[in-house]
Amino acid sequence: MSTHSLPGTRPTTGANAAGLRQDDVRERMLMFGLSVPAILLVVVIIGIPVGWLFWLSLFNDEGVLSTSNYTRMIEHKSYYRIFRTTFNVSFLTTIICVAIGYPFAYFLAQLPQKWANIGLIAVLLPFWTSLLVRTYAWLVILQRKGLINQWGIELGLWDTPLRLVHNLNGTLIGMAHIMLPFLLLPLYGSMRTIDQDYIKAASNLGASPFRAFWSIYFPLSLPGLFAGIVVVFVLCLGFFVTPAVLGGGRVIMVSMKIETIIDLFYNFGTASALGVVLLALTLLVLFISHKLLRLDRILGGGTGT
Amino acid sequence: MMTWLDSPASETQITHRRRIWLYIVATLVIVFLVVPTFIVIPMSFSASQYLEFPPKTWGLRWYGNYFGSTEWMTATWVSVKVAVLTVIFTTPIATMAAYGLFVSKIRLSRFIFILLITPMMVPVILIAIGVFFAYTKVKLNNTILGLVLAHSVLALPMVLIVVSAGLRSYDMNQERVARSLGASRLKAFFMITLPQIRFSVITGALLAFIVSFDEVIVALFISGGKMSTITRSMFLALRDQIDPTIASISTVMVLITSVALILAQMFGKSKSK
Repeated sequence: MSTHSLPGTRPTTGANAAGLRQDDVRERMLMFGLSVPAILLVVVIIGIPVGWLFWLSLFNDEGVLSTSNYTRMIEHKSYYRIFRTTFNVSFLTTIICVAIGYPFAYFLAQLPQKWANIGLIAVLLPFWTSLLVRTYAWLVILQRKGLINQWGIELGLWDTPLRLVHNLNGTLIGMAHIMLPFLLLPLYGSMRTIDQDYIKAASNLGASPFRAFWSIYFPLSLPGLFAGIVVVFVLCLGFFVTPAVLGGGRVIMVSMKIETIIDLFYNFGTASALGVVLLALTLLVLFISHKLLRLDRILGGGTGT
Repeated sequence: MMTWLDSPASETQITHRRRIWLYIVATLVIVFLVVPTFIVIPMSFSASQYLEFPPKTWGLRWYGNYFGSTEWMTATWVSVKVAVLTVIFTTPIATMAAYGLFVSKIRLSRFIFILLITPMMVPVILIAIGVFFAYTKVKLNNTILGLVLAHSVLALPMVLIVVSAGLRSYDMNQERVARSLGASRLKAFFMITLPQIRFSVITGALLAFIVSFDEVIVALFISGGKMSTITRSMFLALRDQIDPTIASISTVMVLITSVALILAQMFGKSKSK
């Protein structure tokens, strides 16, 4: 071959065009081959086992093909309760995160970059700290003889220890703390990209601060807010550790039920069916949000963050 | 002070005074985020039988408990070993995949990228019982190899996303120039591309370490006995009772993560001095 094109550029004309194009295709396939180990890892460690579970979920306890593992979820009230709890907890956690996260992200986005970066450290520190350590910390803070109750009683605010943990309250507080960074990071990212000139223009045209925020700033921050909400909600649906420790057995999420079924009954059919439904619900939420906004933006590959 | 309160705070000309609530909320959120993250550190140095803040008497009693227990020590080593091996195993695989998918740009690449990040979307509990079930068939439960493989698949999406982002902001023409000057693809990658995306790769490796080191749910199922990870032992201890030893273990865990973070900062930045 006499002319060697710069690698990676596509030759379109000339006598050698066909040959070069062929080389180009071969080269691309070769490069694509670099992803094979990763594909194998995902297929062998997740694809096959999860597919296997799906297969198992189609058989009843006697090993006969049946849908009993799925119909049981509809027939038994207890399963309905567990799914309702899971959705309630996820929904409430998301609401709490938005309620305290939005003002904070707004505050950070208005600060000069240098100060905002310091504020971001407050978001990233918990983000990098072990989930288990933080869950333990909440247990220490909220328990009957914990910090809040110690201080509250010493200061004479209340006499009998408040029930702050081993129930829904504790679960929500702990989960909101763990999920907040997942909401803040995309939200802050999208707020930073909002052009302040729009706000200035609105004010110049006579909009009150409230109006300028509500009609201009808020709509522009929605993509980041939605991205954060989807991430938080989806993560909450499958959450296990924090509700298991802080819920004290009073808040049973789907993932905890699955663990109990395996741990106590070693019944893979029933557990798998629950897992499959949980996965389907997760994918449904992701699919719906994908219709509303692009998935890759949620996963951090987007322009905003 | 008064003049600052009445000066405009943003383009909307709202005064600082009128949004003082925003500053109060922001302060409270910072406290909410940071205090529970670190409060166990001072408490772990308490000499009394219960956890208290601030500790009335200081001491290393709970550290003695932790470091004196063979069970906790074994679990710590298992966790560290698994996390390090996960980094060594995942980082090259994920970097290769990120590079391959980035360069090949065939239609399938996008699909494969989505496939490789599915471990992030599938509920971990489902992965956990699936892996547990499959491992019982191939006798990988309670082995380091089993833990490393399972943690690698969980860490893969993180590393892939971070390295891909690094590649997107890298000018591929530099590698093309090196190759047109006679460098092989491999040489061009190692001498030109890799040093430039180094920060992303190191950040990815750090993420892989933390994903593995902090992982609870999968380890809960596939490890046990002498092969328990520290998170598994902690989780089981937390469900039963609040042992103050956990505070000292937590502090050590925060320390290990911080060291990993600092190392990543040092090695990642030293290039662009």
